[in-house]
Amino acid sequence: MENRQPVIKAENMVKKFGAFVANDHLNFEVYQGEIFGFLGANGAGKTTAIRILCGLSTPTSGNITVGGFDIYRETELIKKNIGYMSQKFSLYEDLTVSENIRLYGGIYGIPWRRRKEKEKELLRKLELEEARNKLIAGLPLGWKQKLAFSVAILHDPAIVFLDEPTGGVDPITRRKFWDLIYEAADRGITVFVTTHYMDEAEYCSRVSIMDAGRIEALDTPENLKKQYNARNMDEVFVKISRK
Amino acid sequence: MNQLISFIKKEFYHIFRDVRTMLILFGIPVTQLLIFGTVIKNEIYDIRIAIYDQAKDETTRRITNKLLSSGYFILEENLNGISDIEDIFRKGKIREVVVFENGFGEKLVKEGKAHLQLIADASDPNTARLAVGYTKGIINDFIRKENPEMKIPHEIKTEVRMFYNEDLKSAYLFVPGTMALILMLISAMMTSISITREKELGTMEVLLVSPLRPTQIIVGKVAPYLLLSIINALVIILIGRFVFGVPITGSFALLMAETVLFILMALCLGILISTVAKNQMVAMFISMIALMLPTILLSGFIFPVENMPKILQWLSHIMPARWFIEIIRGIMLKGVGLAFVWKQTLILIGMTVLFIAVSVRKFKIRLE
Amino acid sequence: MKTLLYILQKEFRQILRNRTILPMIVVVPLIQLLVLVYAATFELKKIEMTVVDRDLSPASRGMVTLFNGIPFFRVDGNVAHEKAGEELLLKGQTDVVLVIPAGFEKSLMREDQAQVQLLIDAIDGNTAQLIYTYCNSILFNYNKQIIANWKGLPDFNPPTEVVVTENYWFNPELDYKWFMAPGILSILVTIIGMFLSGMNLVREKEYGTIEQLNVTPVKKYQFILGKLIPFWLIALFDLALGLGIARILFDLPLTGSLPLLFGFAGVYLISALGLGLFISTITDTQQQVMFVTFFFMMLFILMGGIFTPVESMPQWAQLINHLNPISYFMRIMRMIILKGSGFSDLLEEFISLVILGVLFLSLAIWRYRKTA
Repeated sequence: MENRQPVIKAENMVKKFGAFVANDHLNFEVYQGEIFGFLGANGAGKTTAIRILCGLSTPTSGNITVGGFDIYRETELIKKNIGYMSQKFSLYEDLTVSENIRLYGGIYGIPWRRRKEKEKELLRKLELEEARNKLIAGLPLGWKQKLAFSVAILHDPAIVFLDEPTGGVDPITRRKFWDLIYEAADRGITVFVTTHYMDEAEYCSRVSIMDAGRIEALDTPENLKKQYNARNMDEVFVKISRK
Repeated sequence: MNQLISFIKKEFYHIFRDVRTMLILFGIPVTQLLIFGTVIKNEIYDIRIAIYDQAKDETTRRITNKLLSSGYFILEENLNGISDIEDIFRKGKIREVVVFENGFGEKLVKEGKAHLQLIADASDPNTARLAVGYTKGIINDFIRKENPEMKIPHEIKTEVRMFYNEDLKSAYLFVPGTMALILMLISAMMTSISITREKELGTMEVLLVSPLRPTQIIVGKVAPYLLLSIINALVIILIGRFVFGVPITGSFALLMAETVLFILMALCLGILISTVAKNQMVAMFISMIALMLPTILLSGFIFPVENMPKILQWLSHIMPARWFIEIIRGIMLKGVGLAFVWKQTLILIGMTVLFIAVSVRKFKIRLE
Repeated sequence: MKTLLYILQKEFRQILRNRTILPMIVVVPLIQLLVLVYAATFELKKIEMTVVDRDLSPASRGMVTLFNGIPFFRVDGNVAHEKAGEELLLKGQTDVVLVIPAGFEKSLMREDQAQVQLLIDAIDGNTAQLIYTYCNSILFNYNKQIIANWKGLPDFNPPTEVVVTENYWFNPELDYKWFMAPGILSILVTIIGMFLSGMNLVREKEYGTIEQLNVTPVKKYQFILGKLIPFWLIALFDLALGLGIARILFDLPLTGSLPLLFGFAGVYLISALGLGLFISTITDTQQQVMFVTFFFMMLFILMGGIFTPVESMPQWAQLINHLNPISYFMRIMRMIILKGSGFSDLLEEFISLVILGVLFLSLAIWRYRKTA
């Protein structure tokens, strides 16, 4: 895995809000095609980091590239190559399923015919064919999340950023959601996912664990469990945060 | 009770930390008073006129000088004919044309009568009327001074006494009006929108499931606005008193008590609106149409209610601001006591009770 | 370009689906024209007068009768005492008290002059002034009547006078509604445009939907134009609707060219909407947008020349008015609608509006941040 090209590179990434340091000198690399888990308790600085990588927020300092593009100067180029799903559901509730797909397909410049195919395939995969002309506001949360993810990778981005994609969703839907993530990774999309569900960490190729703005550990789940002498990721996490 | 206090504290921080809103909240009344006090006047100055002088004699020259030295008029153009007046008006700068007839001065002396034509651009009728009135006044004055021996037999003279506002200051009108407007704005509009916002963003549900009772939530939400409104009212009264010289002839305590009553009424109205509106935009438009416009227009703040069509006069009776303005004008300017404004006060109390009753009903229905 | 079309499609769908906006677009202009135009008038329609006649002579009664005969005045009963008259003023039940002192007629005959007193409620200085002027001219007429009667003349005229003919062009009846309607319409399209567009943009911030757009390659100008164009069209539609209503209700003449009027409105609206959107880029909640917008609207309307002609304002206010789009637009509306002014008459206004439009719109695009 290490011989692959890093698609995200962060060196000494710092973000301060006044005196509060949300990201304290983060260093990490994410390689192509992997599922990179970004773990940490609420308020550890995960969302801040993901927003910086997506270009929604500017870091205070640090050298960061995403998809080979510089985060300060080439923000708009980065945006063509990434997908993003925010913690808060942010598709338009007053538009229908297919209208949302059309909007984002249009914005990313997917040709009309191609978009039609993709829409059809997506609706079939999510079993949303019936609901395509329904307003999103009326859909259950689990469907909304799956739809948001599918829209985020509609334009086949190199990297997709998922900010707590499974928050508030039941375990079965979470499983299904992770099936979608694997499928995307198989297609070569790099997945950068934050979560605070430790069982989900097991699904990742590598995880980093954040605490109070710092990355405390970064490795594959197996190695981490070995290193901390733990049976599962939950224990790893507890041990790290007790330190 | 402790919960309530900490909740109110949170709401206070929320509002007072928002510098932009605070700036605007105090900026609006101050700016408005300033504009009314310095920019908006009942008189006109520097009105551009054109003169078509067919006589070009001593008298017309002197009348022209009189007009131009009055400060009301500025000569923009001397005309040589009457045909291009329409073009001049279309350009929009000149508002009045003064036409002296041929042989004006001579006729005035020999026949005792000379003709003068005033042509005004009445696309702004108020300014046109004032400009014509001023011109006539200046000319009559000129004639009278020229003929001091001219005396009317059996002359009826008029002595006028302007009550409550000897100098005819416009501040006496706009200070109470601004107060009503601002209190409506903060108490009713801000409250309705901030409660509706919680509903719209779903945070209201979080509050409703908390151990706080619905009434406590509402009290917590409106408490900061009550304080803000009172501070704002004081600022307006002080500016009125010390910058524009609007007196407080009556009892200050009564004035403040009535003000607080009006604020409470407005807060209840705000709550009522928020129970009806399903999002902030609706709340805003209800407030705008049902509160702000009538407060500005149907309360006698700028335009006297008596001049309006019957139906609007009738409508003005259900506008709280109308009664409030009557009350504060009474207390501040006429120096009357409760004996004179008890009717208006009762109406405001009645409205407050009505708004509370309806909101409670609506609120209950929603919760069930 | 294509991206913009997709965004516009989305905006229109959302607006058309919104049950709040549609009624607002129709109801607001109706209410505004119906209420505001009728309400906003300085024209005195009725003066409540109380008479204190202490003379009770033919001369004093004749005066009261004359006032009574004028539909404008409602002479409401006689009170015996000045004090009672003052009490009525205090209660706000009368506008003016006419006091005719005892011995009025005698003095008028023997001393060749006599005096009456007018007590006027002057809290509204403007109205008080008007009441005084009206009363004075009626008293003067009565004076002429008396002189003619007593001297046995058919008509009395002063020995030297300037006979003034008054001509009021473009609005011979001095109909205040013709003045207000274009002004109110200008305010109307501004309110609709500025508030709706500004609140719409901030709503996306409040709902978080703006983030999903911000991580896409959408250009800043595309996003802003997407917010501007729909409300620009709505405001123009409202202008047409309002003009139609005003035409029917007030017989408002449409002297000038309609295409010219709408052309100017289009240019004006870019500056108004640009300002509204700029405000929404510097605020986070709909509440803030509303209040900031309200502040500017109030400032612009009050200073725009609807109450006081701009040239009569102090120098600093005239300077500020160069940046006041509503001031230009109200003038343009009146000039085209009532006077039929053409493009060449309005060149200065046109250039100013274009500059303001470019300025505000650029500000909005520049200040809109895809990155927080």
